[in-house]
Amino acid sequence: MTTATDDSQNALTDFRAEIRIWLEANCPPEMRDGAAGEAAICWGGTSWEFTCEAQKTWLQRCAARGFTVPTWPKAYGGAGLSRDEDKILKQEMQAIGARSPLDSFGIWMLGPALLKFGSEEQKQHFLPPIARGEIRWCQGYSEPGAGSDLAGVQTHAADQGDTWLVNGQKIWTSYADKADWIFALLRTDREAKKHLGISFVLMDMRSKGITTRPIQLISGASPFCETFFEDVEVPKTQVVGTINRGWDVAKYLLTHEREMISNGGNVMGAGRPLGAVLSESETGLSDPILRGDAMRAEIDTLAMEMTLERYKDQAEGGQGLGDASAMLKYMGTELNKRRLELVMAAEGSAALPWEDTPASSWLRTKANSIEGGTSEVMLSIISRRILNLPG
Amino acid sequence: MAKLIKTEEEILLSEAANGFLSQSAPVSRLREMRDRGATSDPVLWQEMAAAGWAGVLIPEACEGADMGHAAAHVLAREMGRNLTVSPFLSTAVMAATVLRQLQDEASATKMKAIAAGGLTYALALDETSKFDPESVALTAEKRGNGYVLNGTKRFVVDGGSADRVLVLAQGPEGLCLFDLANGAKGLQRDPLTLIDSRDAADLIFEEVEVAGDALLGGEGAGYDLLRPALEAGQAALAAESTGLAEAAFAMTTDYLKERKQFGITIGSFQALQHRAAHLWCEIELTSSAILNAGRLLDEDPKSATLAVSVAKARATETAQKVVQEGVQMHGGIGMTDEFDMGFYMKRARVAAEWLGDYGYHAGVVAKMRGF
Repeated sequence: MTTATDDSQNALTDFRAEIRIWLEANCPPEMRDGAAGEAAICWGGTSWEFTCEAQKTWLQRCAARGFTVPTWPKAYGGAGLSRDEDKILKQEMQAIGARSPLDSFGIWMLGPALLKFGSEEQKQHFLPPIARGEIRWCQGYSEPGAGSDLAGVQTHAADQGDTWLVNGQKIWTSYADKADWIFALLRTDREAKKHLGISFVLMDMRSKGITTRPIQLISGASPFCETFFEDVEVPKTQVVGTINRGWDVAKYLLTHEREMISNGGNVMGAGRPLGAVLSESETGLSDPILRGDAMRAEIDTLAMEMTLERYKDQAEGGQGLGDASAMLKYMGTELNKRRLELVMAAEGSAALPWEDTPASSWLRTKANSIEGGTSEVMLSIISRRILNLPG
Repeated sequence: MAKLIKTEEEILLSEAANGFLSQSAPVSRLREMRDRGATSDPVLWQEMAAAGWAGVLIPEACEGADMGHAAAHVLAREMGRNLTVSPFLSTAVMAATVLRQLQDEASATKMKAIAAGGLTYALALDETSKFDPESVALTAEKRGNGYVLNGTKRFVVDGGSADRVLVLAQGPEGLCLFDLANGAKGLQRDPLTLIDSRDAADLIFEEVEVAGDALLGGEGAGYDLLRPALEAGQAALAAESTGLAEAAFAMTTDYLKERKQFGITIGSFQALQHRAAHLWCEIELTSSAILNAGRLLDEDPKSATLAVSVAKARATETAQKVVQEGVQMHGGIGMTDEFDMGFYMKRARVAAEWLGDYGYHAGVVAKMRGF
């Protein structure tokens, strides 16, 4: 007798076989080197220069199958895969060392927000170009006066009937200088309580009045920019969700961002045991204090990995992560800072030159517990929303 | 591997266990036991056996419930929450894990007795003040058809009350595991009065004669037989410590919401909020390690070593952090004997040492992770 479970298992087995054949036929050899991290990322967009022909081919073939955004509905450029199917696709890609065909803020952030809050027209208009890697997005959230207190954004959108007139400044806009469009939080009602006067607005970066300037960090060059808005005209159809209720969209999206940052395989040392990494240093792990600290960090890293796994299992079981993402963000980024401190200590003076050392990564990790909500903000979220301590 | 979320059965089991323990064995029962100078609670163990807990890891053929390690962790966690005193870890988890590896009639009989609540065990492991199971000085000398044991074991948990003892000894062909009656001739029990008010004793073996069949699994096979039991015990103790941490943490956050100073509830101070939130995060990570260890022990016990040591190290540290912060955040009342937090702190300290402290398990992790 076959049961429903057997049938769905068989379907998944068939799906896996199909994916294997498709990958074998379509993934160019150059895209099977297992490379991850900044240099291997294909960001897409109108200004994107493919690193090689294979990168372009791989993107186009994946986009044609909906595999750049496998779980999005087919109507919007996805493949409509179930979670189980998506997992199989990722496993099979990993098995041949396939690179991700496309990564972007459009995929990670705006897409999920549009799918949840966007109008049908907005979905049809904006999602397929994200899936095809044609339009690259950046995020306009923080302002010089609104960091941790994000709901204090002041960049103003004045009501002009069918359009908004936008004036103000955003900061920490990653890749603003390379993006085609921006999704931003704008103050659309100065009289309302601060969370209730914000709208989530999409803007073309080529609009008259938008300029950008890159920011140099302690770790060196960075993708961060300042973005300035001077009398920028924006059609009102480009508001996502309800006017003045943009905070709901922003919160939803921030949860995604936190999960992404804490999940960041690229910053978590790609799962390599810390002991192995540190043992490769010139003097190894002979210092007992360093060794002890490293052992603690390794235990916590393993517990963190198990927690990511557990939360994924919970999500698949239909239990949303919600505010617990603040925990992942806080613990993940703090742990990452610890790990890089240990790497620097183990390398000793060999780590001090800029070139070919972990120095720049070490400095960069200091931003992990600031960007996307500081550790302190995460702790406050946990304290209020999970522990229900008085506010 | 099965998912790292509780199954329907595990949720039901934890609800049932918590229902039973918070009714029949809350912290006040431990307090009452301590006040009358007792260190064990045989009546409670009978009730737990009747509920099937004594047989949690015993095969159905031996009249056990055979629910597996993850289920044992669910029970241990609830016991930790309520600071329940029982021989669960020594008997139902560790001794049962040793015995079920042996396919003989004698072991089957013992397992039946354990499952029925009629037989308890203690494991005599430590010889110094730290857990180091493979360095054994206690000797087993062959004499006639049997052996003679000489030496001392320290901090034998449940060693004062258990019916039988499993002893790891240095035999002619390596480490040997013996199973003998706790009242054997020449075996002197020195009960310890521990901070957590529970049964532990030093056992002094002086010319203790045992028959040949007291040797389990053959000469030199002692540690191979014991190791799975130690790992099962370490993981279950980690689960207990996590339950303990959860309960101490809940007491603390409740207090933060109710205690007023300077005219406001102290839980509105960010200095305390962030510390409480951090503790919650630590408990979350440790809970994942417990679930992971349970799944591996059930599905692939031979590769569970790393998971078990991560769980024990994390649980040890988390429980201690939580109880320390628990006392501090309660202020003066946290220091009083009348208040329960002290019981949690004392048990956390004992649980930290038993079956390997943080350093021991960090050492295991280090060895397995290329340090």
